[in-house]
Amino acid sequence: MTRHLLKLAEVTSLAATAALVGCGKKEEPAAPTAQAPASAPAPAKKEPLKIAFAYVGPVGDAGWTFAHDNGRKAVEKEFGDKVQTSFVEKVPEAADAERVFRDMIGQGNKLIFGTTFGYMEPMLKVAADAKEVKFEHATGYKSAENLRAYDSRTYEGAYMAGVVAGGMTKTNVLGVVGSIPIPEVIRNINSFTMGAQSVNPKVKTKVVWVNEWFNPPKETEAAQSLLNGGADVLMQNTDSSAVLQTAEKAGKYAFGWDSDMTSYGPKAHLASAIINWGPYYIKTTKDVLDGTWKTSQEKIWWGVKEGAIDLVSVSDKVPADLKEKVEKVKAGLKDGSYVIWKGPVTDNTGKEQLPKDKVADDGWLGGIKFYVKGVEGKVPGGDAK
Amino acid sequence: MESFALLIAATLNAGTVLAIAGLGLLINERAGIVNLGAEGMMLVAAIAGFATAVHTGNDWLAFGAGAAAGALMAAAFGGLVIWLNTNQYATGLALSLFGAGFSAFAGIQYTQQKLGERPHFEIAGLTDIPFIGPALFRQHPMVYLTIALTVGLAWFLYRSRAGLVLRAVGESPESAHALGYPVRRIRLAAVMTGGALCGVAGAYVSVIYTPLWVEGMIAGKGWIALALTTFATWRPARVLLGAYLFGGVTMLQFHLQGEGVQIPSQFLTMLPYLATIVVLVLISRNATWIRVNMPASLGKPFFPGS
Repeated sequence: MTRHLLKLAEVTSLAATAALVGCGKKEEPAAPTAQAPASAPAPAKKEPLKIAFAYVGPVGDAGWTFAHDNGRKAVEKEFGDKVQTSFVEKVPEAADAERVFRDMIGQGNKLIFGTTFGYMEPMLKVAADAKEVKFEHATGYKSAENLRAYDSRTYEGAYMAGVVAGGMTKTNVLGVVGSIPIPEVIRNINSFTMGAQSVNPKVKTKVVWVNEWFNPPKETEAAQSLLNGGADVLMQNTDSSAVLQTAEKAGKYAFGWDSDMTSYGPKAHLASAIINWGPYYIKTTKDVLDGTWKTSQEKIWWGVKEGAIDLVSVSDKVPADLKEKVEKVKAGLKDGSYVIWKGPVTDNTGKEQLPKDKVADDGWLGGIKFYVKGVEGKVPGGDAK
Repeated sequence: MESFALLIAATLNAGTVLAIAGLGLLINERAGIVNLGAEGMMLVAAIAGFATAVHTGNDWLAFGAGAAAGALMAAAFGGLVIWLNTNQYATGLALSLFGAGFSAFAGIQYTQQKLGERPHFEIAGLTDIPFIGPALFRQHPMVYLTIALTVGLAWFLYRSRAGLVLRAVGESPESAHALGYPVRRIRLAAVMTGGALCGVAGAYVSVIYTPLWVEGMIAGKGWIALALTTFATWRPARVLLGAYLFGGVTMLQFHLQGEGVQIPSQFLTMLPYLATIVVLVLISRNATWIRVNMPASLGKPFFPGS
């Protein structure tokens, strides 16, 4: 019943948004007529490029969506009145998303960012009907002539956080609050564990799944159960600051994820693995403005090297030699000399998944469905596949 | 063993939210009114409490604000169903939807706010007892107050004259009216008390349990509290035990995951409601149970003139 009612509430709020959007559309025919005489004597003045962003969470989530919105702001700052950006937040990963994208096109947006995996099919559908609009889909794997997928190598941030965690844990038990068991999240859990093992081979990682991206009370309960189970350094692949706050309350350690979360738990915070979408969004916007935007079969995957991933605000509690190790990894990732996913990699049943000295390619990374050695338990639903 | 003690502690904490709200709903249901608006009242109280805590830094004022917000919403509901005789179920559902939307709207500017350092509670002397200390004596005072509230409410309902009148209003408003009791005002008082307690529960969620504000953060706890009153066959002590049971189920699923046992969390989310349906089936098959416990006029409108 709850789900039903929540859904109903969502639909109602969406209907309200739709009504507002509808108003915007009506005004549109008037705008070109008003501008047409003005543009004739002054053809140099170009209309700004309209860019729209669809977010899965609220911009105030302090995590994933907040980071994307910072990217949007970076675009505005970079291009000033040459662009005009707008966003719709809390767009559910469902059929409603398609309508939101169609509304964005109706409003005259020529570049549209969809910032969650679940928008893939709706965006593909809409893109097929609006060839003049460029679509950018975060974390997906499909493309079209006017749609390409982009992502950030969040696992690099997870790995660097892992290095810190491995050095800071006293119980040798780390805990991760997982969102939804998809390869991206499993890869982050594995990378976090591998980072920790690189400085402390005794480390074990416990994982608890909440099956949602953003549900602070559930994240709190999950974090609490990990602490109760002996973990003393927590990490999360969910979108809120709840895990960090739980660690703060319990006097344990945790990390910020996606955005700098220092202020949510100043004592517990060891570092924040952040995504900086700004550089990619600026480059894409520039490509569209210059007319050089091209689609890409492969997902465009930026990491530390391109300035998209970083580990920031490392706490003073982290000893200098550990900080140095992290810096070394970061520098290595930047110049390409350090590779995280290089064989031998064995899963937690002892099976070799990546042979010795073999470097994983992006396709392999995109399909990870196993836990590496040191992570406890089984990937949910792993048997079915 | 340590981890089991902490599981008990977490269960008490999770159950407290459900218990406070459940006891509140028990009061208004004992007076014959079903308020399905619990979820909405808790949400509005959660943002009211959180905003108060942000601005004053005082948790107890935040509980007060939550109680006031809950009581206010319950009063609006009471006015509609008691005086205008609108359908209790439809009005309650509307209240829930309104609360979800209104709290989201009112909370926009609070989504990134944070509260000051959360206090740590310990009962001196008892907290160091092995196992029992960490399991029972490191809780927020509200956890202990809830147990006191349960005892107090049981005494009120079954041992005090006012409680007898309240139950009479719920059993047979006509008889109570004939005896000269102001049925409508008593019902309003019961509904507002229920709302106030739901409000305290809502504020506990946003100020203590998960000290932040996000839209829809009650996440179904109001519905579980409603189910709980039926599950407990309208008895205060059973509400408390049921709350711990349901709270325990929530915490257990994460603990089991941490220990490597995989149970789909969706399955466990379903359990409280399933348990409630089982209880409903059981009590509807046993006439004595119903007669003894379920308020006879529950959900029915009362017209003093007729």
